[in-house]
Amino acid sequence: MTGTRNASSTALSVIGSLDRGTFHLEVDVRVEPGEVLGVLGPNGAGKTSLLRAIAGLTALTTGSIRLGDLVLDDADTFLPPERRPVGLVFQDYRLFPHLTVLDNVAFAARSHGLRRHPSRTQARTWLDRLDLSALAGRRPDQLSGGQAQRVALARALAADPGLLLLDEPLSALDARTRLDVRTELRHHLGQFAGPVLIVTHDPLEAMVLADRLLVLEEGHPVQHGSPAEVARRPATQYVAKLVGLNLYTGTLEPGRSGVTLDAGGTFTVPAQPAQTGRVLVAVRPSTVAVHTERPEHASPRNVWPGTVSSLELLADRVRAQIDGRPAALVDLTPAAVADLELRPGSEVWLSVKATEVDVYPDAP
Amino acid sequence: MPWVLGVPATLAVLFLLAPLLGLLVRAPWRDLGNVLAESQVLQALRLSLVCASAATVISLVLGVPLAWVLARARFRGLRLLRALVTLPLVLPPVVGGVALLIAFGRRGIVGQHLDAWFGITLPFTTQGVIVAETFVAMPFLIVTVEGAFRAADRGYEEAAATLGASRMTVFRRVTLPLIRSSLMAGSVLCWARALGEFGATITFAGNFPGRTQTMPIAVYLALEQDPEAAIALSLVLLAVSVAVLVGLRDRWLRAGSAP
Repeated sequence: MTGTRNASSTALSVIGSLDRGTFHLEVDVRVEPGEVLGVLGPNGAGKTSLLRAIAGLTALTTGSIRLGDLVLDDADTFLPPERRPVGLVFQDYRLFPHLTVLDNVAFAARSHGLRRHPSRTQARTWLDRLDLSALAGRRPDQLSGGQAQRVALARALAADPGLLLLDEPLSALDARTRLDVRTELRHHLGQFAGPVLIVTHDPLEAMVLADRLLVLEEGHPVQHGSPAEVARRPATQYVAKLVGLNLYTGTLEPGRSGVTLDAGGTFTVPAQPAQTGRVLVAVRPSTVAVHTERPEHASPRNVWPGTVSSLELLADRVRAQIDGRPAALVDLTPAAVADLELRPGSEVWLSVKATEVDVYPDAP
Repeated sequence: MPWVLGVPATLAVLFLLAPLLGLLVRAPWRDLGNVLAESQVLQALRLSLVCASAATVISLVLGVPLAWVLARARFRGLRLLRALVTLPLVLPPVVGGVALLIAFGRRGIVGQHLDAWFGITLPFTTQGVIVAETFVAMPFLIVTVEGAFRAADRGYEEAAATLGASRMTVFRRVTLPLIRSSLMAGSVLCWARALGEFGATITFAGNFPGRTQTMPIAVYLALEQDPEAAIALSLVLLAVSVAVLVGLRDRWLRAGSAP
């Protein structure tokens, strides 16, 4: 099954909804061949339900799932999982404990009626390709997390799927292994011809692995765009928190250069006449300056008072949580914290240059 | 240890072990070879092994699919069905034998048709022994295997389906191998129960040496004419029981430490 099939060069489209008790999932996504879509969202957002629906382990309530011309699920059709050209790498891998690594990878070929010998020969090719040949004779319980992850990927790829789904592919790994496996996974995904969908709650994983991101919250898509766009202009507090930005909602009145923030205060922003009405304002924590006295400057700045509520050391910097109107996260060097004698309860002044403030429409 | 618990516990141990010790003490060790070499004994032993094994095979062929249905299917009356098929577990075997006669006897509800259409007669034949033993022993297999099907991780079955395995392939290549140890335990339990079957067998199949006289029946009858032979035969069954216990030790002897 090393040849390419038609399905591996067709796009996936999912439009529809899925109801499970009180849970409601609403999606409309399209993934092009060779493209990696990252589905990002908190636990319970419906990410795994989406994957299960595409794999055929759950049926959509309304709508359709298509891979090119092939209808996987719609009002009239429901292809069972075994008849879908879909590879799924489960979060917990689910390697068959009674089979060796080799026979796990040969499982799909055997299921399609190939005899033991040729299916193993084929499985060896995949083990070679993913650099797993040395593990061929092992049982799943003799594998490390990183190895099991690779075997699970090899097993899914060996079925020659037209579409690949990965459910939190790295979440079961320790931080160190995660880094190696991520780099490797990126490489293997790059070689896969069909659409790929990765579900994750880890923003870094999503940014590194995906070409495009879809953010789901409580069953609804809240943002859709390139990783760079999502990181720069988050659409919700959840995304802002993931990417480490201060995000404020507010209103930009026509003819004024200030945004009235919902959380209190007003921000002077670069002249952007086209954008009036409801807006989002993103401010990077490293662009916020902290002063012990009210700063006097000529350049257009936003200046407001606040109180330090907490300080947290993050690798080489200190992240300060400042209460105020609005509240803000501020990144400082440890030296600056010492110079300013900051501690919880300290009264401070914050300032941000107008040019550092990013204002964009709040998409409903 | 509080004596309120210690004393009854000790009594229980003595009570359970004394008969077995008695068997070992009174055994005609010197004549054992001769007694067991008698053709009637060998006949009974062979018949018992063949019938118990056949009953186990039938139980596997019919009982495993039923266990799967009980564990996985959803339909009205499932709980009632489960209760009914496991009824032979608690039913007095003699009652089972009578019921079998009514169903499969020559004039029985099913038996008269078997006789008229296929010329098959079950009561008082070796096949009848197998039927009686299967009736009594199969529920042991069903209960064990059903529990295993219920406890088996469905995630592996989902994974197999996404790899293109049909439902039958999933069952054969994933589900069954995953419950292998329970399948073994259930089979051994079923076989041991069939081997010891007495009441249903003698009621439904009678006592014809060479055809329906199994070991337990031979032991019972020998007790009147030749007690030494009865003890010798009992020893053989005891040995088989010990072997079964050893075979099941992973499952049953460690049950005390794990719920």
